[in-house]
Parts: sequence; C-alpha cells; structure tokens
Amino acid sequence: MSKPRVATTSLAGCFGCHMSLLDIDERILQLIELVDFDRSPIDDIKHISQRCAIGLIEGGCCNEENVHVLHEFRENCDVLISFGDCATMGGIPAMRNNIPLEECINEAYRDGVTVYNPKGIVPQDPEIPLLLDKVYPAHEVVKIDYSLPGCPPSADTLWAALTALLTDKPVELPYELLKYD
Amino acid sequence: MSELVPTIREICKKYGNDRARLMDMVREVQESIGHVPREAFGLIASEAKTHRVEVESVVSFYSFLSDKKKGEVVIRLCDDIIDRFQGADAIGDALIKELGIGFGETTADGTITLEKTACIGMSDQAPAMMANDTVVTNLAPEKIPGLVKQLRENPEPQALVTEMGDGNNADPLVQSMVCNNICEAGPVILSDYRKDGGLRKALTQTPEEVIEDIKTSQLRGRGGAGFLTGLKWELTRQAPGPDKFVLCNADEGEPGTFKDRVLLTERVDLVLEGMTVAAYAIGAETGIIYLRGEYSYLRAFLEDKMNQRRVAGLLGNNILGNEGFNFDVRIQMGAGAYVCGEETSLISSCEGTRGDPTDRTPFPVVKGYMVSPTAVNNVESYCCAARIMDKGPGWFSSIGTERSAGTKLLSVCGDCARPGIYEVPFGTKLREVLRLAGAEDVACVCVGGPSGQMVGPAQFELGISYEELSTGGSVMVFSNQRDILEVADAFMEFFVDESCGYCVPCRVGNVLLKNRLERVRKGEGSPADLDYLQRLGESVKFTSRCGLGQTSPNPVLSTLKNFRPVYNALVKDNGHGLNKSFNIMKAVEDASAIAGRRSEIFHA
Repeated sequence: MSKPRVATTSLAGCFGCHMSLLDIDERILQLIELVDFDRSPIDDIKHISQRCAIGLIEGGCCNEENVHVLHEFRENCDVLISFGDCATMGGIPAMRNNIPLEECINEAYRDGVTVYNPKGIVPQDPEIPLLLDKVYPAHEVVKIDYSLPGCPPSADTLWAALTALLTDKPVELPYELLKYD
Repeated sequence: MSELVPTIREICKKYGNDRARLMDMVREVQESIGHVPREAFGLIASEAKTHRVEVESVVSFYSFLSDKKKGEVVIRLCDDIIDRFQGADAIGDALIKELGIGFGETTADGTITLEKTACIGMSDQAPAMMANDTVVTNLAPEKIPGLVKQLRENPEPQALVTEMGDGNNADPLVQSMVCNNICEAGPVILSDYRKDGGLRKALTQTPEEVIEDIKTSQLRGRGGAGFLTGLKWELTRQAPGPDKFVLCNADEGEPGTFKDRVLLTERVDLVLEGMTVAAYAIGAETGIIYLRGEYSYLRAFLEDKMNQRRVAGLLGNNILGNEGFNFDVRIQMGAGAYVCGEETSLISSCEGTRGDPTDRTPFPVVKGYMVSPTAVNNVESYCCAARIMDKGPGWFSSIGTERSAGTKLLSVCGDCARPGIYEVPFGTKLREVLRLAGAEDVACVCVGGPSGQMVGPAQFELGISYEELSTGGSVMVFSNQRDILEVADAFMEFFVDESCGYCVPCRVGNVLLKNRLERVRKGEGSPADLDYLQRLGESVKFTSRCGLGQTSPNPVLSTLKNFRPVYNALVKDNGHGLNKSFNIMKAVEDASAIAGRRSEIFHA
C-alpha cells in the first residue's frame, strides 16, 4: 500500500513554521517512512501532483495568490491543518487590517521616510499578485479541519499532531506543548 | 471656559466635593451647559479631589454624557427590536428627512441632535423616543414633521406633551404622555393595599424576626436571578461593618421590560416602604434608588414622594417614633448604561466611577457600596417585602409554585393586542399569558429579555417561574411574520454595544458571535458555523466576568436549541470546502483599483 501523501505551503507567513517542522531533526527520517511529501517548499514541488491525505498551511491569505494556493490545497487534500498563528488567526501580517489598503501601500511605496520613489509608482506588474483588502486567516477562506496554535508551534507539537493523525490515534497535546509564555 | 469656572465649582460644592458623587457632578454640569467640556475635566477632578482620568472615564462611559457640544434638544430614538418592528425605522427616516441630518449629527443651527438609544422602557407604547428627558410615545411617521417644526420653534420638549397618560403620569411633577397600561392586577402588588401596614408591623418585631418572615415567605429576587431575599438580608445584617446600605435597583435596562417604570409611577410608597423594612432588618441608615437615566422624567415626582414621607415620619430620624431607627434615601441617576443593572456595576456607578462590574466574591452583602455590607434588591422585590410584612409570609408563599412564591409582574410587548403590565401568580403558563395579552399566531416569545431565552410553541406550556421560564419581567412576543434570527441578531447588536469592554470573552466574543450569525443569516454559512456558534457561545458564558457576558450568548444559544430548523434551512455544506462568505472579487477590489488592472488569477 502506498504511503499517505503530505503537502505543505507557506502563504502569508515567515517560514518560521516550516523551520519548526524541520526542527523535528532526525525524526524526519521516521516521518518519511510514514509519508511521502508532495507539494512543499521542502522538496520544491510546485503543484500538488495527486490526492493528498494531509495539507499543512502556514500563514493566512494576504494576496490573491495565497487564496489560489489555498484553494488548490483544499481541493486536493483530505485533511487541512492550519499551523501557526498566522494561519489560524492572521498573525503579524493581520496587523494591517485596521488600516485601509491604500494607506498601507502609500506608506510602503510613496510616503515612508526611507522611500525614494519620485514617480510615486506602486507595484502593478501582472506578475505580482494583487493584495487582498485585509489579511484573512485560512479558515475564513476555506474549511480548515484542525488548527495548531503557536508562533511557531514547536517541533514536538507538530510531531505529536502529525504522528497521531497518521497512525489514527487521538492526539495528545499536553500543556507544555501549547503554552507560549 | 473661564466663565464656566464658578458654575462648575458651585456644582461640585453642592455634592460636598465628594468624588463618590462624581456621577451627579458631571450630570449636573451637562444639564447646566449642555455637555461636559474636556477643558472642565481637570477642574472637576481637582474640585472632587480625584484624577482627571476618572472624570474622563465617567464621561466617556455613559451614553447620555458627552464631552462634545450637542443640540439644545437631543432626540434619542428608541432602537430596540420591538420598536423596530413597530416602525421605528420609518420614524428614523422621517426624522432624518425633516431635520436634514443623520444619526449622530446636530442641525446647523445647533438646535437638535439626533441619536439612537437602546430600549427606553416604553415597548408597550412603541415606537418611542426621548427628547432630552421628555418621553414621546406612540410615534408615527406623519407626526414627525409637526413635531420637528414645534421643536425648531420652541426647543422645549415638554411642550410636545399635550395629552397626559393615566394615573400619576398626569401628576404635576410628572406631566408625561406615558401610559401605565396595567392590564392585570394581581393580589400582591397592583391591588389596593394598606399603606405602610407592612412597615408598621415590621417595627413591632425585632429585625431578626423580620428577616425570618421574609425567609419563610420564600421571596426571591425579582430582577431575574432569584436569590432568596431573606437570606440576602440576613447575610448583610451579619456581615461586619459599621455602615450598611440598602440599594434599590431601578436600572431597568433589559429590553422589553417596563414594570419598574409603572411601579415607580404608581407604587412609589410601597417601594420606599419595602426599602425601609429592609433598612430596619439589616440595620442600614442609608438607601439609594439607582434610577436609570431614561426614567429621569420621574425624578422630581420621586423626590417629592420621599419628602412627603420625611414629613410623615416615614423616612428620616426615629421613623414612626421608633427611637434610634434612622433611614433616608437618595436617588442616584444613571446615564444610559445597561451594564449598571448588574449589581456590582450599579455599585461602581453609585460610587461615582465607570459602571464596571467588579469581582464577586466578595459579594456586595459583605463588601458592596463603599466597601460596606450592601443589600441590592429589585424594585419589585421591595414591594413584595412590604406586602409580606403586612399580610404574613404564609399568605405570600401560598401564591405561586412551591419554589417560586408570590406573583410576578410581566411587561408584555410586541405582537399582541394588549401590551402592558400583567401581575400573574408564578406558575402561570406562558400560553395563558399570551392569551391574556391577545397574542395570536405566535412563533416565538423572548422570555427574560435578550439575556433570557427565546422559546417556541413547544415551550408555551411551561410556567413563568424560576424553575421553568425565568424572567425579570420582559416577555416579548413575535408573530409568524417575524424573522426570528433578525431578533437574535438585534439582541447581539445590543450586547456588543452595551459590553463594558473589561473582559475579553464579552468584548470580543459577542462581536464574533454576531459576525457569524450575520454570515449564517446571509446564507453564507455552513453547518460547521452552527457548531462554532454553540461552542463560542458556551465559552463566552463560562468565562465572562459578570452577568452581562454570562447571559449575552443566550439569543444565539436558545435559538440554536429551540429554532434549529430555521438555522438548518440557511446553512448548506457545499461539498468543496470553499467558504461562501469569502468573496475573492470583493477582496481584491481595492488593490485592483490602486494597481489599475484586474486580477490575473480570478476573473468575474
């Protein structure tokens, strides 16, 4: 029987959650005994190649490309997991949500004190995805099955959650794995 | 500003420069100059020997206080769901048209400010509004042009009152068009009674015997929580402290409730009698009636009644010749804050601060007003206590059910032929109440106001009582024509507005509940959203600090329980897991306009 496939992506996140995933260290050898990786920044596969059991989402949606990717994940994964605070709640990127988009863009590209932009040009190339009006946590855009909080969730947290899911056991996340102070 | 200094000093002096009377000071400054100017905060603070921020937080907390200049007349249109269903929106449109301003604005000549406010306790004569302290009821769109014209010519709202209401509403000190609408008088409160009979009898007994009688009567708090009044008095009496206080909660803010309005119009003596009995039982010398700002039209009348009692030896020193029994009452005006109906908030407000709830324990019976033992009871509870002393605890407990003794005043409003006050024995079935009020084709009844429960026909056989359908008095009737979730949504809007903001579950949770409910109402929800509402609602209830947050999810939770098919018809699982509530085209609209190009990924 073929191994279940796992896909991962980082949307409006800092890749910190993926770094945390790599922090499982040598257990990654155990993990690849259990699963095959499909689309992921880890193996640089650009699109999901076949149906996946699990999709791991880092980051929320700040632009249309994030939404596009998230749709691809939802359509091709049986179980979708938001991991990290940006995916589950919007996180740091969502700090812009109280400021109108135009003001954000003006500050970043036109009015900021270190900006040199005499023509006042803002990004408009079709290659650059359009920003959304605000940053949406993943569950606002698609159905999310599970959420793992943390900034980032620790390697042990991710390990415990993933192995429980893959071995069809109830996940046990003791207080130490969910405490962030 | 400098010309205001003597006025402000004078006002502060009138209240003994006592910081605990800050509410009264800022209220009076506002009455005198129309608002509480920010430049005056420092002066008021130094006069009252407190900090500027204390003044600022009081002024910013209460919706009837303002640091900005408003019109000579402030129109506050009552915006609860009952008024809306009776046409308040059309009244609002007519006001906007006639005044040429929107809500929250003031006419250019500075005459009239237009605002909305939460339930003003006139749901039996809706739609209604307040023009300064004057209540104008039974509004109709065609009356608005004349009304506005009159206010423009003579910015004196009292002139709008041409026909007086019944009973004491016509008293020279009230002069209000409000009607009592007493539809059913029960044996305890609204029938004829022997004035001060209860007090006279109580004074022949020891305070302990009075408390024993109240305990035997099984009287429970009429505000809705149902704590045993006798036990509360006993705990207050036993708590250590030189000064004890008797507080009357007349901050009747629960939408759809207006029975205290009627009691304070027609049974003032009975209320004061009950408070005096309580003072005697507890050993208190000071009482406070916390009167909601919306009922300030009753204030002069209440003050006069209190004076009459002082003259008659029923208040003051050595009451009824009883050497050493001294008790007097003052009125504390509220200023438009629902949360102040919660007893710890009410106490905060009486102490001259924001109406923030405080932690219980210690309970007010141990440490309440001025950190002293305090009994806070509902207006109706005091009426019952006075009657129990007169007629005996056995008489009282023989009325009602085993666990809910006596009668209950219900304020019935909404879709019924006879909205008004009904005094019925506890245990009376909801169906019977609806029959009395002439309510037909009823789809839903909200028992106990937004913080109570919304029930459907399956629950109409339940009785009004603490064990079945508990209510502080509010019974709102909604016919088959009404959208039940619109009602729940309006209630959530109310709680979002009225949350004091102190604790996160209430401040944030209620907004999240409302947002998700809106999503479901728009047909953009999925079945998972119903689970979310249920779980979040339970969390808010469980983790909130005071009664507001502990009950605010009830409109959602009780409709989820009693009207599940309504929700089920609105939510669909679309199978592909993409949320209907997320609209990508709308989300990229702004960026598309800024970049001057359309989305390359998503096309309409």
